[in-house]
Amino acid sequence: MGEAIVVTSGKGGVGKTTTSANLGTALALTGKKVCMVDTDIGLRNLDVVMGLENRIIYDLVDVAEGRCRLNQALVKDKRFDELYMLPAAQTKDKHDVTPEQVRDIVLELKKDYDYVIIDCPAGIEQGFRNAVAGADRAIVITTPENAAVRDADRVIGLLEQSQLTAKLVINRIRPGMIKSGEMLDIDEICQVLAVDLLGIVPDDEKVIKAANTGEPTVMDPSSRAAIAYRNIARRILGDMVPLMPLDEKSGVFKRFRRFLGIG
Amino acid sequence: MTDKQHITIKGVKEGLVFLLDDACDFSALLEELRYKLEKSHQQVLTGPLIHVHVKLGARLCSEEQKEAILDIIRNQGNLLVQSIEAEKLKELEPETDSGNLKLMTGVIRSGQTVVHDGNLLLIGDVNPGGTLRCSGDIYVLGALRGMAHAGELGREDAIIAASLLRPTQLRIAEVISRPPDEWVSTDAAMEFAYLHEAQMQIDKISQLYRFRKDPIVFKGV
Repeated sequence: MGEAIVVTSGKGGVGKTTTSANLGTALALTGKKVCMVDTDIGLRNLDVVMGLENRIIYDLVDVAEGRCRLNQALVKDKRFDELYMLPAAQTKDKHDVTPEQVRDIVLELKKDYDYVIIDCPAGIEQGFRNAVAGADRAIVITTPENAAVRDADRVIGLLEQSQLTAKLVINRIRPGMIKSGEMLDIDEICQVLAVDLLGIVPDDEKVIKAANTGEPTVMDPSSRAAIAYRNIARRILGDMVPLMPLDEKSGVFKRFRRFLGIG
Repeated sequence: MTDKQHITIKGVKEGLVFLLDDACDFSALLEELRYKLEKSHQQVLTGPLIHVHVKLGARLCSEEQKEAILDIIRNQGNLLVQSIEAEKLKELEPETDSGNLKLMTGVIRSGQTVVHDGNLLLIGDVNPGGTLRCSGDIYVLGALRGMAHAGELGREDAIIAASLLRPTQLRIAEVISRPPDEWVSTDAAMEFAYLHEAQMQIDKISQLYRFRKDPIVFKGV
């Protein structure tokens, strides 16, 4: 029996889908059997980020309404044999499935997969309730902005009500801005939200590029965000991995550039 | 005569104090008063003019009821009623300190509201967007970053204390205060907010005893 992890945030645009895609891929990279579920019905994105858009035949709503079997709707990844995705419907909306239907689908998937990663839509309405229904644990994504932290706090409260423990991932960190005091720092965010920190992901232009080419960032080990996602995946597996040092790393990078004579 | 005494007559320097029970039936009270004055307490009624204070306790009496009591007492020639009073507002200012203190543990997150009748001690934080509402005092053993409303039903002597006072808004009774527009706290020490002449004031927790009726006073060496 596998484990279902919902990736949520409350606020939109903080990196739920990116994180889902990258964590799914990173877990597959370690040899686990992983299925990603997109519950953002009406605004599906996970397939685009994964580059699997053109392989979709059936979707989540088709499965929920019994138009196809679960296995028929699963899309196999092009890079890994043990990585699958259940896409959301694009023509329906969130009210076309119930939390019970999603729970049943997730329960079914947990039998066959080590990890089921559920990509949650923004907001705290029906779509959120659908996504959370079948989850065993939750990852809350936030960025170092006040608005995102407020929404993360609200979502953590709602998750606690449904007896889910949330772990925090702080995305799109800019070490330079934190150092100059222009951005909320990590300790401050953790103090307010009072949940365990699962990982930090630095802001990286390669993530945008990778999403546009349908190739998850984790595949490119030269990207710092990729290393951060791999670290998070290892922590999910239970390994003790220290937090990525934000400054020191750039110091090494600078030294390397200086060595090459371009810094 | 009923089996239970509803009326106590005490002699004080100024005269007599009539303590009337506030829980019994009003007609029984009148009957007992009449009985006491006419039958059993003849000795007090024969002397010189005596001033009388009537205390009704917590009983809410209409003017007619008060008049009925006064009539009975006035019928005795030498009793002069000086005052008749009830303990007003008894319900509004009970339990100033430990009474009805609720202890809670946890984080009040955005969108969550805690409402309590009485005083509240929260061990944990109140995050921005979280709300505490209380008819009495609010004490937060943690960071208060959200909204707190003490003395919600109008108690202006209510206070809001927190280990770290960084609220988005504070309310005591009818007064609303918006930091940091109105006040800024840079101190990391425990502080409390109170009302002074209908203005929100902030002070260190060590100054709280000045606003309390019965702070601890140590005597002797």
